[in-house]
Amino acid sequence: MAEYDVVIGLEVHVQVKTNSKMFCSCANRYGEEPNTLVCPVCMGYPGVMPVPNKEAIDKTVVAGLMLDCEIAKYSKFDRKSYFYPDMPKNYQISQYDLPFCEHGKVKIGGNKGFSGKDLPPKEIGLTRIHLEEDVAKLTHFGTYSGVDYNRAGVPLMEIVSEPEIATADEAYAYLTSIKQIMQYAKIGNCDMEKGQMRCDVNISLKPKGSSEFGTKIEIKNLNSFRAVHKSIVYEIKRQRRGYDNGETFQQETRGWNDDRGETYLMRTKESAHDYRYFPEPDLLPVTFTDEDVEKVRVTLSEAPLAKQARFIADYNLTDYDAEVLTQNREVADYFDAGAVLVDTPKLLANWIISELLRELSEANISIDECKIVPQQLADMIKLIENKTISGKIAKKVFSEMFSSGKDAKVIVEEQGLVQVTDESAIEKFVIEAIENNAPQVEQYKSGKTEVLKYFVGQVMKLSRGKANPQLVIELLKKNLD
Amino acid sequence: MSNTSQIDVGYVAKLARLELDDASKDKLQHDLEEILAYIEELGELDVDGIEPTAHALPIYNVMREDVSKPSFEREVMLKNAPGTVDDELLKVPQVLPGEGMS
Ligand SMILES: [Zn+2]
Repeated sequence: MAEYDVVIGLEVHVQVKTNSKMFCSCANRYGEEPNTLVCPVCMGYPGVMPVPNKEAIDKTVVAGLMLDCEIAKYSKFDRKSYFYPDMPKNYQISQYDLPFCEHGKVKIGGNKGFSGKDLPPKEIGLTRIHLEEDVAKLTHFGTYSGVDYNRAGVPLMEIVSEPEIATADEAYAYLTSIKQIMQYAKIGNCDMEKGQMRCDVNISLKPKGSSEFGTKIEIKNLNSFRAVHKSIVYEIKRQRRGYDNGETFQQETRGWNDDRGETYLMRTKESAHDYRYFPEPDLLPVTFTDEDVEKVRVTLSEAPLAKQARFIADYNLTDYDAEVLTQNREVADYFDAGAVLVDTPKLLANWIISELLRELSEANISIDECKIVPQQLADMIKLIENKTISGKIAKKVFSEMFSSGKDAKVIVEEQGLVQVTDESAIEKFVIEAIENNAPQVEQYKSGKTEVLKYFVGQVMKLSRGKANPQLVIELLKKNLD
Repeated sequence: MSNTSQIDVGYVAKLARLELDDASKDKLQHDLEEILAYIEELGELDVDGIEPTAHALPIYNVMREDVSKPSFEREVMLKNAPGTVDDELLKVPQVLPGEGMS
């Protein structure tokens, strides 16, 4: 069987988070009653004039800069003609040859991919980012369809990658990175279930090493990263089998059936659109000077990868810690705020990763809704650092903090949880434990030193968890040996 | 310098989802060719030394601040619709899912 190179390009649509729509003042909001956020502009009534939303353009520039793009000095909007009821003007205002952003890149890899296999570091080129208006939402009934124009006119960025993606894992990582950056820079919420982020895949196979491209197949209607991954795996298999059997492929658009786990033919090249782009005469061109761009650049938020690197360098975190803590901007900010307050940021990171994130996911709330603010968690860490409480007691304190929002100090005082570091007090418990457990003492003396653990447990029990564990071990050894 | 055979009315009509009978096809082919020939007259102008532009007006960056305002009443906006679904959605003949832009 022949070997093939897989060539994948992704088109990602991201709704820009703004107060109002792209070309009219209707609210940009999800989940309202159908056709209540509409006006003659976004419903495409004749004679209306669009006026572009400055914030949407500014956020597109921010997206471009976050993704290492060049910002066009001169750009414009165009009309993309097509006939379908989700776009009542019979054209969509988009950008054709002069988009706002070009030539970017996205870094992926350096960790495990979605499939569990190692994903080496790689840079995926970005062809362009342009801004357009979203279309209406259609609901299909048996013999007719219904249109809700609330979504029509919502600012929509299209981010187009170079065909430099070679595997389903790379596609998944690319999408994850785009989403993370959009959320970091507060450009869009990217909730796929709400259609705030959507993805189309272009995929072709060619004989290994060949410079000629194979026939491009487009996959549409992918509404989760998982679906993107699965559809690519499926399509690679399907096309490989076809080529192996000597079949030829036509350029076509395929849909994804998630239940069946397969792609299906939607339309062939013969029925492909001919968009007949031409400049939108109702909108004036947009210009940016170098100064304009630099002004935006200094306001950029730290990119997730930069944040990861800083966490590793400044706070001595492991790659893993830094990756987990930067997955989401709010968690990263939380750690950042606490880390400067403690002596051992690594300890804070451990508590956030193993305790706080777990409690949050069990309670199904976000870190912003958490009752423990960074200062409070930092204060608790300080109590561990200065040995007021042990790590074990801290767990008790933490879970009380999580449910009540009380300060660690208050909980420790109220419940008398201060760690006992007084040797004579601990030694009393140690002697008591030794006296009560003659058989284990015998075992210890006959060389089974692992029963020491058992004694530690007994002493902790007697001290109700308050004894300092290091002292307990020292004193046990002293009294047993 | 007109190049009038460059338009295929049948194809344009198909793109615009228009059904034309032969008589109107002939008439429109003729009309559009004349319009194109008229536009072609622009080609006679000497544009040497003139910067290309995407717009006739030398005005840029006309935008509005991102402020939302109340929308129109649904009842008013749906008044011109050929039909509605429960007075909420605009009703259209069945279209194929997935043919749209997104
Ligand atoms: Zn509107």
